[in-house]
Amino acid sequence: MARGVSFARPSTLRMRVTPIAAVMFASALPAMLPMIATFPILPPLGLLLFVAWRRLRSDLWPAWIGLPLGLWDDLFSGQPVGSAMALWTIIVLFFEAVEYRMLFQDQWIDWLLSAVAIALAIFGGVFLLSLTGVSVSYAVVLPQFGWSVLAYPLVARLVAMLDRWRLRK
Amino acid sequence: MGLFASYVVAVVGAVIALLLVLLSRFDPSAFQALRQGAAEIFAPVARGSGNVTGSVGSMDDNVTAYLRAGSQNLELRRALDKARSELLEARALRQENRELKALLKIGEDNSEAVAVTRLLGSTGSSARRYATLDAGRNRGIESGMPLRAPEGLIGRVLDVGPSVSRVLLLSDVATVVPVRRSRDGLPALASGRGDGNLDIRALNVGINDFERGDIFVTSGTGGLYQPNIPVAIIVATQSDGAIARPLAHPARVSAVLVERAFRDSADVKALPPAEGEQPRDN
Repeated sequence: MARGVSFARPSTLRMRVTPIAAVMFASALPAMLPMIATFPILPPLGLLLFVAWRRLRSDLWPAWIGLPLGLWDDLFSGQPVGSAMALWTIIVLFFEAVEYRMLFQDQWIDWLLSAVAIALAIFGGVFLLSLTGVSVSYAVVLPQFGWSVLAYPLVARLVAMLDRWRLRK
Repeated sequence: MGLFASYVVAVVGAVIALLLVLLSRFDPSAFQALRQGAAEIFAPVARGSGNVTGSVGSMDDNVTAYLRAGSQNLELRRALDKARSELLEARALRQENRELKALLKIGEDNSEAVAVTRLLGSTGSSARRYATLDAGRNRGIESGMPLRAPEGLIGRVLDVGPSVSRVLLLSDVATVVPVRRSRDGLPALASGRGDGNLDIRALNVGINDFERGDIFVTSGTGGLYQPNIPVAIIVATQSDGAIARPLAHPARVSAVLVERAFRDSADVKALPPAEGEQPRDN
């Protein structure tokens, strides 16, 4: 039997909860792994999944989704509370502002836009730290930025797989 | 909710979030309960995964040790000869030290450990460096207690929860430890750089004779850390100080000691006030 003929829909719970649960799980992962890093080497996995979902399905979430998901991420990342809330929302607004101006889209543009978003989050995070009176050199997070940009296509693949499972009947 | 309304919520929310960030400048312990709760929830998972992958942290060391076996052997033999003669010297000094301390009536061991436990994990992506300690109020942990391993200082306790605590690691940018050079007692300040190393700066302006391999230990100034806990070894010198590597790597130590804050230990209070200093009344 051909796929798509049936009108049965996957469960709404799975459709709506999967992306949010995936991002929340990735944000909390450092709290579950027995890894102790003396400098910020780990890519911000919660952010990578957040960006990948938003890029894959631009109509999935309302513009304010960065507030609750960012708050959750702030609890585990070590950033001051409010940091990811603000930065993730700015990222969504950046995507909203740029995406409809794009005449065409391919994976390179996707990667470029995501790299800009990752830079906003990582370097913006260091800037917000300086607002709290803690000055960190931007060079400290440079390797982390590199890893994150390199890891993004992989995360996007993973998110695409999750998305297929989410929409499967 | 309409499209426009969701933008309004997003923008207003982002502004409030920025205000929250500013709030933590004036009240660093804001939202402590939230973070503590989050750490508490995931602690059982971390405990489990810690048991499974206990020795991953030291794998790279083992490999390099094999590759460098030949040259390392020579190096170690040379170091051993040197250490032997210094050991004899140290024994004599320890004896002398004991006698002098007896004269001053300082207890031999005022570094009583509150708890021996382990680190569960650290924060992931932020440039701040916090770790989670597998003990909280249930083991008598208090905020401000220093943490150490046999190799050296690890950090200090920041917030205490029911069964886990948050620890500020030595390499965090907000860490400042008063230290002194082990060979001549030159006082200095060690502060985290955020990239895993420490900045060492001499307290006396103009003195900058740091050399690679200089070892720094806590000086006990400031009353937080017990004196003579190893802290860091210099790996590079700079025009205004030096860069040092912490001696204890928190990922490689199997157990950490939580000690009482230096000022709290009874022996220190029993010390007679130095000349010219007013006795503190508690």
